[in-house]
Amino acid sequence: MVEILFYIFAAVALGGAIGVVFQRNPVGSLLFMVATLASLAGIFVLFEAHFLAAIQIIVYAGAIMVLFLFVIMLLNLGHDYRKDLKMGLGMILAFAVTGGIAGILVRQLGGAGTSAVEQALPGPEAMDQLIQEQGIIGSIARPLFTDYVVAFELTGLLLLVALVGAIAIAKRRV
Amino acid sequence: MEIRPGLVTDIREERYGMQELSPTAFLISSSIKVFLVFSVSLAVVAYMTLLERRVSGFIQDRLGPNRVGPFGLLQPVADGIKNILKEETMPATANKRFFILAPMLSIILAVVLIAVVPFAAPLPTPWGIVDMVVADIPIGILFILAFSSLGVYGMFLAGWASNNKYAFLGALRSSSQMVSYEVALGLSLIPVFMLAGNVTLTEIVWQQQLLGFWFLFPLSLAFILFVISGFAETNRLPFDLPEAESELVTGYHTEYSAMKFSMFFIAEYSHILVVSALMATLFLGGWSVPFWSGDHMFWFDGQLISGFTAAGAPIAAEPAVWKTLLTLMSFSLKTFFFIMVFVWVRWTLPRFRYDQVMHLGWKVMLPVSLAYVMLVAATILVLDQMAIEGFMFGAVLTAVSGVATGAFVFVLDRDRIMSGAAVGPDGVSELREPLPGRTDVLPADASNPLIS
Repeated sequence: MVEILFYIFAAVALGGAIGVVFQRNPVGSLLFMVATLASLAGIFVLFEAHFLAAIQIIVYAGAIMVLFLFVIMLLNLGHDYRKDLKMGLGMILAFAVTGGIAGILVRQLGGAGTSAVEQALPGPEAMDQLIQEQGIIGSIARPLFTDYVVAFELTGLLLLVALVGAIAIAKRRV
Repeated sequence: MEIRPGLVTDIREERYGMQELSPTAFLISSSIKVFLVFSVSLAVVAYMTLLERRVSGFIQDRLGPNRVGPFGLLQPVADGIKNILKEETMPATANKRFFILAPMLSIILAVVLIAVVPFAAPLPTPWGIVDMVVADIPIGILFILAFSSLGVYGMFLAGWASNNKYAFLGALRSSSQMVSYEVALGLSLIPVFMLAGNVTLTEIVWQQQLLGFWFLFPLSLAFILFVISGFAETNRLPFDLPEAESELVTGYHTEYSAMKFSMFFIAEYSHILVVSALMATLFLGGWSVPFWSGDHMFWFDGQLISGFTAAGAPIAAEPAVWKTLLTLMSFSLKTFFFIMVFVWVRWTLPRFRYDQVMHLGWKVMLPVSLAYVMLVAATILVLDQMAIEGFMFGAVLTAVSGVATGAFVFVLDRDRIMSGAAVGPDGVSELREPLPGRTDVLPADASNPLIS
């Protein structure tokens, strides 16, 4: 059952990701993106990471993508995007960077039980015990607000910088 | 066990160390529950439309629909038949795919929400004890937040795909309003989570039973904030700007007809049903019957318990069919009360202006809910440090929240409903300054009915 569901969600996620790229209509792209995010949340549920799944939907699909929707709607919708695409060197660079990131991810995450990331994590039994002790939210919240609190606050600061920047740009136009 | 019957029981098994029903019994009972909850909630939604029209008739001193069947009770059936048989129109300039997708998204995202709300005490059957909730998932209310935050897409797509300026304006309004009030909605729930220590709705009900207080009292300000943002999230008056028939025709569903229009309506009313059920569950003790401990039931370490002895040992609960029915009635009454409040408010209050909605959302609701989270956290911390438990814990929190609520209502009391003093000593209204360029404030003579 879990395996069947996993393949369904994985297929929707991949199909959605392809749809994002191949849709002509930006709103269509956005909806495919939402479908991808939602099926990723489904995969999280299969991993019994319910809290992550809920946050994935609330934050990404429910808030960030809605803001994207605003941007798409309020910007020039009917205009031809093709001349905005930078062919040539930019294209090659983009492919190179994306390919590089994909390669690193495959290297780090590929292969069962041997990758660096997998070895750094506690095993499934330790995870089960952690969830039993601290609950499904506590097992994420505790490390976040104790061990990684500096990184957490810095991320918040990064968002604040983005916010201030957006307001500065908006103010200049008016 | 080779076959996993469902992820929900899986988690339950891990958390409570035991599974109550065999996989087959779980599958069958869940199917029955899904079918019953879905059909009952759709029937309730249908009759909510009738209730709204009858009550609005009563409030406006007219009759309302009373022709079809006794007291108009068959009106929803007639409406349904009409909507199914009516011609579906498709605007020529609409984006067809999204135009059709939008009502589907709206209705699906609205009706799945009821799945996590527990509606009665566990029911004993020959095959084991069946929980009276479709899916007792560990993220509980976050599931509702997640899916209702997706609800924006239905409205936005409807407005955008219609290719109609009114519809598009309605869609823009609805999404900005929902995004704004989601923040306050989430923050108003944090005190509840802090007090209950969990986000599952079953445990929130249990904690209210244990504490002996409905969360309405210890968390009164959270309740008020939740009600306000609940109204905004369901797009009900005074927050119905997305529809605003006097300015935008009917907003995002202007171009929709027949069953597609009806689907938006069903979505709106099931949202009202879910929010009412949530208010009852989070703040009014859910299905628990007040002043009675016979219905205290919770899964703890694989057994259904009704509480703890003084030494901390669990006491086994005694589920019974009549208890389930009684608690179901209690839950229905509480939910019905809030549905009535929704209807009542709609026909009482006028609509906000758009800037007022944004002002209330970002400059009042957000800071107040943040400050209240801090206040409740500090109070709970102090009470924990002083090792105060039970009744005193609830009483102190009630007092602190009462002061906060009083201050909140007093500051927001723009029309001096609480503080009085509508008319100054010289008979001039202190309420509002005269309009710029006008000096004709009301004269102070007794013949003026507005002042005396």
